[in-house]
Amino acid sequence: MALLHLTSSSSRSNLLKPISAALSYSPSLRRSISSSAADDSRTFTIETSLPFTAHQCNPPSRSVDTNPKELLTFFRDMATMRRMEIAADSLYKAKLIRGFCHLYDGQEAVAVGMEASITKKDSIITAYRDHCTFLGRGGTLLEIFSELMGRQAGCSKGKGGSMHFYKKEAGFYGGHGIVGAQVPLGCGLAFAQKYSKDGTVSFALYGDGAANQGQLFEALNISALWDLPVILVCENNHYGMGTAEWRAAKSPSYYKRGDYVPGLKVDGMDVLAVKQACKFAKEHALKNGPIILEMDTYRYHGHSMSDPGSTYRTRDEISGVRQERDPVERVRKLVLSHDLATEKELKDLEKEIRKQVDEAIAQAKESPMPEPSELFSNVYAKGLGVEAFGPDRKELRAVLP
Amino acid sequence: MATVLHGVGAATALSASKSIDSRKFQLPSRRSLSERKGSFLVVRSDGRMVQGSRALRAEKLITNAVATKADTSAASTASKPGHELLLFEALREGLEEEMDRDPHVCVMGEDVGHYGGSYKVTRGLADKYGDLRVLDTPIAENSFTGMGIGAAMTGLRPIVEGMNMGFLLLAFNQISNNCGMLHYTSGGQFKIPIVIRGPGGVGRQLGAEHSQRLESYFQSIPGIQMVACSTPYNAKGLMKAAIRSENPVILFEHVLLYNLKERIPDEEYICSLEEAEMVRPGEHVTILTYSRMRYHVMQAAKTLVNKGYDPEVIDIRSLKPFDLYTIGNSVKKTHRVLIVEECMRTGGIGASLTNAINENFHDYLDAPVICLSSQDVPTPYAGTLEEWTVVQPAQIVTAVEKLCQ
Repeated sequence: MALLHLTSSSSRSNLLKPISAALSYSPSLRRSISSSAADDSRTFTIETSLPFTAHQCNPPSRSVDTNPKELLTFFRDMATMRRMEIAADSLYKAKLIRGFCHLYDGQEAVAVGMEASITKKDSIITAYRDHCTFLGRGGTLLEIFSELMGRQAGCSKGKGGSMHFYKKEAGFYGGHGIVGAQVPLGCGLAFAQKYSKDGTVSFALYGDGAANQGQLFEALNISALWDLPVILVCENNHYGMGTAEWRAAKSPSYYKRGDYVPGLKVDGMDVLAVKQACKFAKEHALKNGPIILEMDTYRYHGHSMSDPGSTYRTRDEISGVRQERDPVERVRKLVLSHDLATEKELKDLEKEIRKQVDEAIAQAKESPMPEPSELFSNVYAKGLGVEAFGPDRKELRAVLP
Repeated sequence: MATVLHGVGAATALSASKSIDSRKFQLPSRRSLSERKGSFLVVRSDGRMVQGSRALRAEKLITNAVATKADTSAASTASKPGHELLLFEALREGLEEEMDRDPHVCVMGEDVGHYGGSYKVTRGLADKYGDLRVLDTPIAENSFTGMGIGAAMTGLRPIVEGMNMGFLLLAFNQISNNCGMLHYTSGGQFKIPIVIRGPGGVGRQLGAEHSQRLESYFQSIPGIQMVACSTPYNAKGLMKAAIRSENPVILFEHVLLYNLKERIPDEEYICSLEEAEMVRPGEHVTILTYSRMRYHVMQAAKTLVNKGYDPEVIDIRSLKPFDLYTIGNSVKKTHRVLIVEECMRTGGIGASLTNAINENFHDYLDAPVICLSSQDVPTPYAGTLEEWTVVQPAQIVTAVEKLCQ
């Protein structure tokens, strides 16, 4: 396998150009990109943009191995997430999505990089900014949009909403509204994994705002005592709703706050750095117990759709990050510089993604609202049965499954 | 045949043949388990056996179970009349049987492992099952309850022990939001088969913070079940049923009831989680009670019988949902209801039960429902004052007399 470094000679790239040109006449553009990439079994080694900062452990190397297929998958997944969140924005403004809607655009690299380093048997649990994490875990656009609009086809049958996406078979445990409450749950998932001796790990994601919750430190203490394979990931987008991190935390180095627990600070806008860090963390957790990852990332939208996002930060800051650190752009540049696809192909891919998202939205709009009897279903689980009979036991007061 | 209990500690009097059971309590249960793996029977509150109960997993059921009381010499398959033990030992027996039966059952709590449990409920279990199944946690209720719920989401069956129910207030967020709601908000994807248990109630001068009754705080959480045990028999039965239930169950024990002695069957049995227990059938008035107040009521019942009244005493056991069937049948018979509880007056279990009875059985009532509950005060330390925060038998007698005028 030939290794290509950033400063590669142009001979290889010249070879690729005619191939891609020839294949561009084929009807499906996706096929052309993937077939050229699939034939291409090169491994790249790319350096992350920033080194890792470690606390009480040795940081992993900055050189990340990847291959064309993976890079293109990264681009595709992140572009889908970006488009999905923007579509959710317009749906919210059209009042089809109500309540709370917390958007993840800007942070896509964390979800995608994490998925690349783990399997579906590992568990992920996160807070309410969960649309993209759910998509990364194998959720479909239809399930997402239906759940956001409260329809039957949603992943939680329309009864959860934006903050309650779950996918048990893919190891995605949600979707939680109360800040910080998901971290003890995540440690419990890791406990169950240790109990069953699975050899898998749990990632418990939380934000910089939740990093100040007491239950986090309680759970961390117990996890360190019991050597649980849990990885606490702080998605530090620098704002806890409207409060900047320096106003909320005396020590904003969240990766160090585990004290006796090792930590790693990662550039969360660089998907390859995230992938490397998660891979390192998984190996570490299986051997040595908990580890904290701090992902330095950024969200373009406000905290939620009811927050304009500009009262506590300047528009220059937002556009500055978008110019310099945007995760999707970064992967686009990587793909283009390695000639894995042309500019046009990527644009066409984005158009296709847009079409898919629009189709999913249209399909979701057609999905019906839940039946009235669904109000009472799933309050209790069947088995040792709970049937709420009326006083005479002849009449059923509520229809429970 | 009704199971009858007269007063505290008088359970021993019921076993006419005081054959000394020299075997340790663990042995009979293990033997019966190995003989009848996976089968169990349900004894209803009125002593009838139920075959293929609506509730239970369809495994082999014993249909001809043995009544425990020596005064009923009904046809029995077992030659032994049962074994005698204290309530905390009954809880432990139930726990141990379930841990033997299902490797997914684990216990977590403060001092449950090496210390043996602050009320000895888990004594010996850590040696038997090891540190991964009987877990000593640090003093961090919020997080270890959360961890129990997280583990339950994947299929483990943890039993979370609060050293005192009052401490579980720190875990209220986890119990209310995650434990109760996850089955619903995930559209049925996750089941939370967790059991949260611990002693509560007014003890002997433990002070205000250690004498709390949390039934009232938890009762409106949708998605959980609440049961309260009062005798060794129903303690073991409810513990086993709670562990086998797919729903989160909160099992309320009482600090002063741990040393109650009773004879319980050798066979494996469970008590239904949603049924009330008929303690004493009667004609004149229905007295509904649970947990420790059952014994105050039975003491008052002795006085009442001497005075010529015939109270019907029902231990409601299931605090959420109420067994309105048993209660309703009783109300239709007697037309007068007295609720005696240890919960607070404002928003307590009695308040909800009064409302439920008024809503459903209004036509059958001859008199307004009287609810005797604890006073709305923090429990004082001084003994005399503490006595007057809870309902005393004399007050029960007065209330019945007033009702029956």
